[in-house]
Amino acid sequence: MTATNPHLAEGGGDYLLAPGHTTGGVSDQISDVVLKRPLGYGWLLGFAVVFAGTLMLTTAIGYLIVRGVGIWGIDIPVAWGFAIVNFVWWIGIGHAGTFISAMLFLMKQDWRTSINRFAEAMTLFAVACAALFPLLHLGRIQFFYWLIPYPNSMYLWPQFRSPLVWDVFAVSTYGTVSLLFWYTGLVPDLATLRDRAKNPIAWAFFGILSLGWRGASRHWEHHQKAYLLMAGMAAPLVVSVHSIVGADFAAAQVPGWHSTIFPPYFVAGAIFSGFAMVLTLVIPVRAVYGLQNFITDRHIDNCCKLLLVTSLLVCYGYCSEWYMAWYSGDPNETFVALNRFVGPYGPAYWVMLFCNCVAPQLLWFRRVRRMIWLVFILSLLINVGMWLERFIIIITSLHRDFIISSWGMYTPTFWDWATFIGTIGMFLTLIFIFVRILPAISIFEVRELVHRSEEGPNA
Amino acid sequence: MPDAPAVYGLAATFATPEAVMEAARAAHEQGYQRVEAYTPFPVEGLAELFHRPRSRVPMITAIGAIVGGSGAYFMMWYACVISYPWNIGGKPPHSWPTFIPITFELTVLSASLFAFFGLFALCKLPQLFHPLFRTAAFRRASRDRYVLCVESADPKFDLAACRELFRTAGCKAVFEVPWR
Repeated sequence: MTATNPHLAEGGGDYLLAPGHTTGGVSDQISDVVLKRPLGYGWLLGFAVVFAGTLMLTTAIGYLIVRGVGIWGIDIPVAWGFAIVNFVWWIGIGHAGTFISAMLFLMKQDWRTSINRFAEAMTLFAVACAALFPLLHLGRIQFFYWLIPYPNSMYLWPQFRSPLVWDVFAVSTYGTVSLLFWYTGLVPDLATLRDRAKNPIAWAFFGILSLGWRGASRHWEHHQKAYLLMAGMAAPLVVSVHSIVGADFAAAQVPGWHSTIFPPYFVAGAIFSGFAMVLTLVIPVRAVYGLQNFITDRHIDNCCKLLLVTSLLVCYGYCSEWYMAWYSGDPNETFVALNRFVGPYGPAYWVMLFCNCVAPQLLWFRRVRRMIWLVFILSLLINVGMWLERFIIIITSLHRDFIISSWGMYTPTFWDWATFIGTIGMFLTLIFIFVRILPAISIFEVRELVHRSEEGPNA
Repeated sequence: MPDAPAVYGLAATFATPEAVMEAARAAHEQGYQRVEAYTPFPVEGLAELFHRPRSRVPMITAIGAIVGGSGAYFMMWYACVISYPWNIGGKPPHSWPTFIPITFELTVLSASLFAFFGLFALCKLPQLFHPLFRTAAFRRASRDRYVLCVESADPKFDLAACRELFRTAGCKAVFEVPWR
């Protein structure tokens, strides 16, 4: 392990993986987080808080089923309230996970190895939260299966020309493929945990989940082929999912929505908010579990650079909206653009511009990218900013209809907030459970990285 | 079976992937056919040493993609043209551009499902018990040891000769793998 090593030391003592690791050592360190580390008071306290959030969510859903969507603040003209804001926000967060695990894998970016497992888990949990909202928004949840084409006694079919129907297929495919991809990567690591488990319950648990994986060369041959193919399919899939979500809006005639920039601008925004969420989660987790030697400052730095790029793309989207509002000469479009700045929801717009366009500019500076606490604060600001972006797109475009007599305001109710905060609770509950029962870092890929590092610069 | 071999095979652990590759190459040169290597991560070039037919995962995935894509398109065509033609904005019933997103999604879904189940079917998993799991030394094959096993099903299988093969290749330890 020399300083000229391509995987370990880049940019003068700047590590992707701290030096001095062996394949055995990394296996032990990552699996010990699951197998040996006792449940601390910190974890229990944190879990109690986030689980209370999950209970609040179930209460809110229960009340919604009993009373109907009238408990939310939605009405005409703003019929798409928090439910759709949260849906778009959550599904966007998921996108960074697939981006890290699939796109960066195809581009052979070794730095993804330490964070891909975690990011994929984040994707799954975010998609689970996202998928709740359209179902809850249906009003009659018991008829959710009407979204799916099946032979029925009404002789009816879903309207396949509508982006809203495309969304059903996009989100369900995305959730399923993310799960399969995640599990495929997990199986070899579950076998490591099975072989290291001392506790018979843990041994049986990991033994069953690892399906009897033996690491035979034949197994790896199939595994690597399947993994590569699934990554190759997940990469365009992630682009398609948020493009379709963008098309949900772009296909409508509502001023502020009816724009061809929406699909690419939504994809950029999704990856932007997703990377912010990755940082929000990874920074505390690596501190609590002492994983700084795997998730190094270099990883944080790379994520920050991606945040900066996607922030600029999102800003470009805003500029394009303003330009098109002016260039189209359409009075309704111009009105919507101005109304966002000075209308009743103006303050939210200014906060959004600060969070998404101004604050990320700090990331141009290497010193800022190395100040982990500041990066954490920025990631929180971006999460807020991207949530506000979806709020602005949905609420401000709808609340001023074409006819002044049908103007209205949207005010979220207690149940809107309870459902939203409840999904954050559910998301964090799943993350809390995940870091305790499954390896949060891909062990076999880190082993491979260690091995390649040992071979030296010419390998 | 009265003349069934007493053991599943003879295995040896190696400290590095290079050593296990060397041993696998030697075993192939000496004419052993039922040999398998077990490693904690995919070792490049190792699978090729066993001269097996290429993995069929890509073909299975391609079949999945074709089934999913054509099935999705056919479903939409049938729904919009045959079963329930409905005039939407004057578009023709068979307005193919609007069928593309769902065709793409279901192609990916079906191909991924085929890849996933194909992978585990080809690996013959789940198989929760395997004779190798009985040996303590094998547990490190998922950590930092590289194991090569010559199975007793091999026509050339001979305990002494295999032991010698492993020794020459520089193994850490040799162990017999009992059936159960």
